[in-house]
Amino acid sequence: MNNFLNGLWKENPIFVIMIGMCPTLAVTTAAINGIAMGLATTAVLVCSNLLISSLRNYIPKAVRIPAYIVVIAALVTVVDMVMAAYFPEIHRVLGLFIALIIVNCIIMGRAEAFAAKNPPLPSLLDGLGMGLGFTWALTLIGSVRELLGAGSIFGIQVLGSAYQPVILALLPPGAFITMGLILATFKAVEINQKKRVAGGVTGVARPVSDTSQHSISQ
Amino acid sequence: MLQGLFLILVSTVLVNNFVLSRFLGICPFLGVSQKIETALSMGWATTLVMTVSAVVTWGLEQYVLIPFNLGFLQYVVYILVIASMVQTIETILAKTSPALHRTLGIFLPLITTNCAVLGLAILVAQKGYNVVEAATFATGGGLGFTLALVLLAGMRERLEWADIPEAFKGKPIVLITAGLLSMAFLGFTGLVAQ
Repeated sequence: MNNFLNGLWKENPIFVIMIGMCPTLAVTTAAINGIAMGLATTAVLVCSNLLISSLRNYIPKAVRIPAYIVVIAALVTVVDMVMAAYFPEIHRVLGLFIALIIVNCIIMGRAEAFAAKNPPLPSLLDGLGMGLGFTWALTLIGSVRELLGAGSIFGIQVLGSAYQPVILALLPPGAFITMGLILATFKAVEINQKKRVAGGVTGVARPVSDTSQHSISQ
Repeated sequence: MLQGLFLILVSTVLVNNFVLSRFLGICPFLGVSQKIETALSMGWATTLVMTVSAVVTWGLEQYVLIPFNLGFLQYVVYILVIASMVQTIETILAKTSPALHRTLGIFLPLITTNCAVLGLAILVAQKGYNVVEAATFATGGGLGFTLALVLLAGMRERLEWADIPEAFKGKPIVLITAGLLSMAFLGFTGLVAQ
């Protein structure tokens, strides 16, 4: 169970570890795109974790990285074709970024860090947790950008016609700025909580930036 | 012909900058932009890999994948080509110019998972460029990546001394800086009619 929960919050790939940023920033112009991208990645991640973990005793150590890449690329090709056949609309919107799931560091990272060392079932749960953690992060960013940029969430008008949309949120700069603001908000909450817990005891509140130190290792 | 190539170059470096408007290669953009010097090395190494792998994947697409109707193998073939290109370039550099290898060496393995490289190869196939256009597009993409990386690194070096609110320290301020940079690049929209 822990394997599953880890990815959702404590080791959330986007907000805590900060990997897989390209699709995160590129496709989140609307909440629905975030969900679609997240689920496509989850599908690949679950399958690749399961396959790699089942094959872990047969793949020679020296060629493991190319072997993982081939497995992942094959899975992405499958997902790409399935989406093109059944969800052509969303496939067109996500475009290039479906192919780029191959080089999403989350998938390679989980293969190397988890699936290569653990039996299939925990690996599957780990993949599912990480994938859903990625999905909700993307959906949140997508919702915020859609709300600011179009006044709607999931295509449903929320803010009424009097709202002047901030088009910037939908443009490329908006992606960077929204992501920065969301991270800052999380950090502000964290700082507040620490202050409350520490309650004036000196030396307890360690520098918050510690959590993001190991972030982008790639 | 030359004019067309120049337009491709300008539009990939400035208007459709790979990092700032296409969101390709964000990981190294945020990860390797602490210092101008390392940013520059990373940029050159990426430009080199991008140009070489774009030409090689172009050749494979035109002379192997399309004639033999193997389009569905595109992703698998491309990523393997890129991974082996990176390895080859590293080996050649180590033998021929150890000095250059020392500066670029540690960045080369990271480039395999830089989505700008795979993204570029797929974009070239989608746009149906010929080989010269593909190479120009790749070089432009690499130069645009280098430009964005160096600009961000320059700003981050300044930010070291700035008084930033506690909650914005670290990643948030870098993302917002990148957002402002991207906004500045929006000014180039319309420079090249496409």
